[in-house]
Amino acid sequence: MLPEQRDEVEMLALMLLIRRFEERASQQYQAQKIGGFCHLYIGQEAVVCGAVAATRRDDYIITAYRDHAHALARGTSPEACMAELFGKETGCSRGLGGSMHFFDRQNHMYGGHAIVGAHVPLAAGLAFACKYRNEDRVTLCFFGDGAINQGAFHEALNLAALYKLPVVFICENNLFAMGTSVKRSTSLKQIVDRAEGYDIPGEIVDGMNFREVRDKLAEIITSIRKESHPAFVEARTYRYRGHSMSDPASYRTKEELEKYRLDDPITRLRAQLTREGKLTNEQFDQLDKRGKKIALDSVKFAEESPDPPLEKLYDYNYANGGMESGRPRPVEPAQERREGAPSPEKAKP
Amino acid sequence: MREITYRQALNEALAEELERDPNVFLMGEEVAEYNGAYKVSQGLLDRFGPRRIIDTPISENGFAGLGVGAAMVGLRPIIEFMTFSFSLVAFDQVVNNAPNMFTMSGGQFNIPITFRGPNGPAHQLGATHSHATECLYANAPGLKVCTPATPRDAKGLLKTAVRDNNPVLVLEAELLYSSKGMVEPPDEELLIPLGQAEVKREGSDVSIICYAQTVPLALAAAQQLEEEDISAEIVDLRSIKPLDEKAIFDSVAKTHRVVIVEQDRPFCGVGAEVCYRIQKNVFDELDAPIMRVSQEDVPMPYNEKLEKAVLPNKDKLMAAVKKVCYV
Repeated sequence: MLPEQRDEVEMLALMLLIRRFEERASQQYQAQKIGGFCHLYIGQEAVVCGAVAATRRDDYIITAYRDHAHALARGTSPEACMAELFGKETGCSRGLGGSMHFFDRQNHMYGGHAIVGAHVPLAAGLAFACKYRNEDRVTLCFFGDGAINQGAFHEALNLAALYKLPVVFICENNLFAMGTSVKRSTSLKQIVDRAEGYDIPGEIVDGMNFREVRDKLAEIITSIRKESHPAFVEARTYRYRGHSMSDPASYRTKEELEKYRLDDPITRLRAQLTREGKLTNEQFDQLDKRGKKIALDSVKFAEESPDPPLEKLYDYNYANGGMESGRPRPVEPAQERREGAPSPEKAKP
Repeated sequence: MREITYRQALNEALAEELERDPNVFLMGEEVAEYNGAYKVSQGLLDRFGPRRIIDTPISENGFAGLGVGAAMVGLRPIIEFMTFSFSLVAFDQVVNNAPNMFTMSGGQFNIPITFRGPNGPAHQLGATHSHATECLYANAPGLKVCTPATPRDAKGLLKTAVRDNNPVLVLEAELLYSSKGMVEPPDEELLIPLGQAEVKREGSDVSIICYAQTVPLALAAAQQLEEEDISAEIVDLRSIKPLDEKAIFDSVAKTHRVVIVEQDRPFCGVGAEVCYRIQKNVFDELDAPIMRVSQEDVPMPYNEKLEKAVLPNKDKLMAAVKKVCYV
């Protein structure tokens, strides 16, 4: 089965939506409507959109904490995403996960994982399950350049290679693990060389170019469906904002940021489509306007949504409820003092 | 009923669950071709094949996480740690990923996984290989922890663990693998619910609360105490979490004196929690302060004499019993 051909204009609209959503999230974070940590994806849109465009809807995806875009790209509603940021019951994780823990089972989005590298073994497990069941699904595992020095990452790559699991490890190399540049963290000429150590085929793609990401991923996925194996992709990209909302990104220069902004993935796909006569300026403006409106509407939805009820605090502690739910028993009234209960003083010889 | 070893009981439980449910698979170091470091998985590779009995490299973090991922989409992995001392390398997967997923995803992903293997100090293995991890794992909401002491409990609890829709840790007792006990015949389904303690011996003067390796210790002490006219009731917790409070309180209401004998360390150990719950709920039933017998609060020494001094033993337990009985 070939990947579903997704219209490029539609994918451009998705990239615009992600950007406008993240801008709204940033604004709402500053307004203190969103708590905790909040990591924005602005600048990296071509990576997840390109990759998702190459998948089938029943393929699995899993990612790290910079996950809003991954859920949106997979089809999670912007309302459910914004509501999750607001910690509301209507959120994609019922307000219990937050920015770093988006989940959407229906759309095969397996999280949102906030311990760096810890989800890479999970991806191997998802792929293992596909192979175990003889399914031809492929798992896409996204992570940042910071994850590649974690033990969990290395162990997972080795296991995936040993067991020939159908998984694509996609390193979104945005040059910084929080404030530490790849040069200061990683003893490699290029990140893709990590794959070679595990005998996994590796590729570098321009993560600012939607078409290049999509086409390379499509090629890899076709190969995996033919015969199960892991693959590695280093997508070279850039985040325009800091690591999280609290990071002014003073570890890099304005010139560097400007250089990447000129290579913007949305501008690039727009130019490609315009040049080919597939998109007019009016159409682009309309798409952008629509993205802005959806993002704004999602804020309204989140604001009006209820908090998760306190009575449900223990409902998601254990599956199946009952005594096993770990819910504390109701406190029984203090028992009457047992007749003749001696005090230790009296009892002592 | 027939007599089998603890090891054999676990082996039967694994085989029966693998047979019953095609989603169940066993993964760990040396579980397949080597037939298990402690021979618990003996013969399973021959019977179920390499698709379901899977050897791993020495990568606890990696294969524990692989299990959690596979469980997200409905497989039922049984992950063997060669010992739970090695599970510390996978602590993040067991404590962060397995139990948190159900809550973090708003109930979308439960994790039906079993982590099993020997736990607790064995014999002169030194500090790194002697961890009793029950208190560490029982502290994480979302996990269940059981600690079978007999072949029957080992079989019944492991089978229940595999069928549970949550992450369950079956902490086996390394020193008991060769111990024998009566177990129902193989054609009889044996499931022991999690969260149910068992009175292993009735008594009237003192309740000795124990689990895993301290159960045979408590039973031996009870026999000797009998000769000294002290009737000890032996309550085997079997599960640390959920904890069977009712069985504990019922026994306390009967004997009014309590000694907790545990295989872990004193500070924040299982006994501390049990002790707190007793005084909070049935304070007036107590005729004496509760005593605890546990390891000494030091890393385990290799020297045999020193190791013995660190571990709970019959003499320490009997002394504690006599103290709460004011004799």
